[in-house]
Amino acid sequence: MSEKAIHVEEHRDDEASKLGMWLFIFTELLLFGGLFLVYSIFRAQYPTEFHQSSLELSVTIGAINTVVLLFSSMTVAMALTAIQKNDQKRALIFIGITLFCAAAFLFNKYFEWGHKIEHGLYPGSDLMPLLDRGHLLYFSLYFFMTGLHALHIIIGMTLLIVCYFKVKSKNINDHDYVLLENGALYWHLVDLIWIFLFPLMYLIS
Amino acid sequence: MSNSTEKIEYVSYLDYQGKYKGFLSWIMATDHKRIGLLYMYSIMTFFFIGAFFGLLMKIEMLSPGETIMKPQTYNGVFTLHGILMIFMVVIPGLSAVFGNFFLPILIGAKDVAFPKLNRFSWWIFIVGSIMAVASQLLKDGPPDTGWTFYAPYSSQTGTNVIMATAAAFVLGFSSILTGLNFIVTIHQMRAPGMRFFNMPLFPWALYATAWIQLLATPIIGITLLMLIAERMFQIGFFDPALGGDPLLFQHLFWIYSHPAVYVMMLPAMGVITEIIPTFCQRQIYGYKAVAISSLAIAGVGFLVWGHHMYTSGMSDQARWFFSLLTFIVAVPSAIKVFNWITTMYNGSIDVKPPFLYALAFIFLFIIGGTTGLLLGSVATNVQVHDTSFVVAHFHYIIFGGMGFAFFAAIHYWLPKMYGRMYNFKIANIALVINFIGFNLLYFPQFIIGVEGMPRRYFDYPAQFQPMQVISSIGGFILVAGLILMVFNLVKGAKSGPVAPSNPWNGSTLEWTLPATPSLENFDEEPVIKENPYDYK
Amino acid sequence: MANNTTHTIEYRTLSKILLVLLFLTFVTIGVTSFHLGPFTVTVALLIAGLKSFLVLSNFMHLKYESLLLRILVAMVFVLFVVIVLITFIDYAYR
Repeated sequence: MSEKAIHVEEHRDDEASKLGMWLFIFTELLLFGGLFLVYSIFRAQYPTEFHQSSLELSVTIGAINTVVLLFSSMTVAMALTAIQKNDQKRALIFIGITLFCAAAFLFNKYFEWGHKIEHGLYPGSDLMPLLDRGHLLYFSLYFFMTGLHALHIIIGMTLLIVCYFKVKSKNINDHDYVLLENGALYWHLVDLIWIFLFPLMYLIS
Repeated sequence: MSNSTEKIEYVSYLDYQGKYKGFLSWIMATDHKRIGLLYMYSIMTFFFIGAFFGLLMKIEMLSPGETIMKPQTYNGVFTLHGILMIFMVVIPGLSAVFGNFFLPILIGAKDVAFPKLNRFSWWIFIVGSIMAVASQLLKDGPPDTGWTFYAPYSSQTGTNVIMATAAAFVLGFSSILTGLNFIVTIHQMRAPGMRFFNMPLFPWALYATAWIQLLATPIIGITLLMLIAERMFQIGFFDPALGGDPLLFQHLFWIYSHPAVYVMMLPAMGVITEIIPTFCQRQIYGYKAVAISSLAIAGVGFLVWGHHMYTSGMSDQARWFFSLLTFIVAVPSAIKVFNWITTMYNGSIDVKPPFLYALAFIFLFIIGGTTGLLLGSVATNVQVHDTSFVVAHFHYIIFGGMGFAFFAAIHYWLPKMYGRMYNFKIANIALVINFIGFNLLYFPQFIIGVEGMPRRYFDYPAQFQPMQVISSIGGFILVAGLILMVFNLVKGAKSGPVAPSNPWNGSTLEWTLPATPSLENFDEEPVIKENPYDYK
Repeated sequence: MANNTTHTIEYRTLSKILLVLLFLTFVTIGVTSFHLGPFTVTVALLIAGLKSFLVLSNFMHLKYESLLLRILVAMVFVLFVVIVLITFIDYAYR
């Protein structure tokens, strides 16, 4: 048995990895798409209730989170630019900023949720079943959609932490950066979803 | 293995020794061929478990009233039969087994684009399957919702719905990853010279299938998550008692589950499109029409889900719209049937078991397809909705179509998978038994369906008994035929005569390889033909 | 090197895009405080669409990707919109 016959050739195809990531993003978009569909149907049925409920949310916190996410989306794109320019130091700083923003977003979210939960507004609470249908559906969707989004933030953070250490150990470098590229793509997806979530949840009149 | 004359020493993928030995060399394998076989063994196991539960139902239906089980048991049995057969057998069926094994070979690649992801897909497929089986055994009792998990019953019943839906979610994830892998493989891994329009038609069908898997499955994923959340936190998406809308569940469910029917059927059509030119020794008629019709089915198939909901209280406008689209989606399917039949015309037909299975497929698929049109028009649908007519229709499509295509594929490719041949005579006998058993089992259900026998009912009035008995007898004949068929195949794979590398005189790439391919399939660059079916 | 086909986008360009995105965010918040009635949602969604277009084409480098990938991304969004519209054929007329 010759060496070549048994050794599976280690080949690298960055185009393939990137296409794979994009396809995964399509899946994620449609996962949230299902929720947006549910949202749009219930919103069409209960416009006033959705409006009243949305007033319970703080536009300020929502806006701050939007700015934080948009900013982090830029920094992660910059991290990629830095790696392409073989600037390891800056790349690390940019990933670091992105991770910090992600943590800030979750911190904000924690307080926002905490505030609601304090008022007894959470799925499974004693208060929720007393609400009428429109309000109940709004808050159910609010917790479900932002919760799923927060889960994606955590997944994105994990990916970026891996990227951080790989950049540090020079496993991601200006010759091989597809992993960071994919991590960044995933992070932009999280941003993309929030771009729709913010106006639909916080700004409906 | 004898023919080791190539420059690189040839080692069959079955004999190849990697890092792992024995059992681990299978479950840790990243070789697409081994993964294909792993899927095949697990799917065949689930198929026989599912068939066993199907048989139990048929025994129960032998006489009105309680025959061998209580009504609640019957509800659990048909639910388990549905979940097993749909999510664990027919959805992964052809694409995960033969897609994995033959997609890379047919496009001249060494493996799929992401071999480790491929292995991971199989692992989570197994995890999902274990969860599905566990849902039957946990203490609250087997789910009794049917495989459709319709709300509001599914959010109220006390049975293990959460476990079963979580299982379907995990299985869906496996399906998504397989689809993702195949799309990237087809885009990036084609051998030099292999363009989209000289690719064999099975990869074309898999490509269309993969897009459905990728884009439709997340919708069912989120729907099942919402159902789980509803049960756990009383959220109220679907349960009217909590402010939800049960019709919305049906919409979301069928947005996935109708395209899922094409996940089952498209690869089946692809297999038949491979088999017919080979055994007619004739160029496929209308190559481009067949290729494009796969994409057309996938595309339009996304938009017809409402035809499962005509009697649910949907608006009239939506009903005629979905009915119109349903008739449109039948066109590309019919194009394929015409092309298969025209390919046979004037060919030198070689009647071997795979070809006979393909013929059986076409016959059963035409019955299933045309009754599908009856169901697609609102007026007749309202009459036979939720009767055993529907049961007969989808079994003709899924079992008669996808199932027989699966058997055709095994008979066609077994010599390439194991390098050995089965006994033709027994295969033909098994086919005849299967065909008779199948029609006896399901055709009577069309008749009593029109007469008003509801589906999923434990009991029935005495007037339906003769047909129910014929149907049950058909079930026994079919299972006997299946056992004979599998016995013959296993015997052939284990100890049949050694097969030549191209037993059917096929022209696609897999037949240029040794009887069992080597680990990387192509030890030399494959020669890509301008026309994959260049007979005569 | 041959494997890296990704276009490098300068820091300046990225910061400019961010400024546009932030501007659009404040426009959305501003618009919803007016009472535009049923058009509020339309405007909010249009702006969100514009923002996502900017993120997709610049941050996600889609501008520099193959035509095929751009078509596929567009196809996914179109598919979703079509599914929503078809679902509303039921809900709007019930």
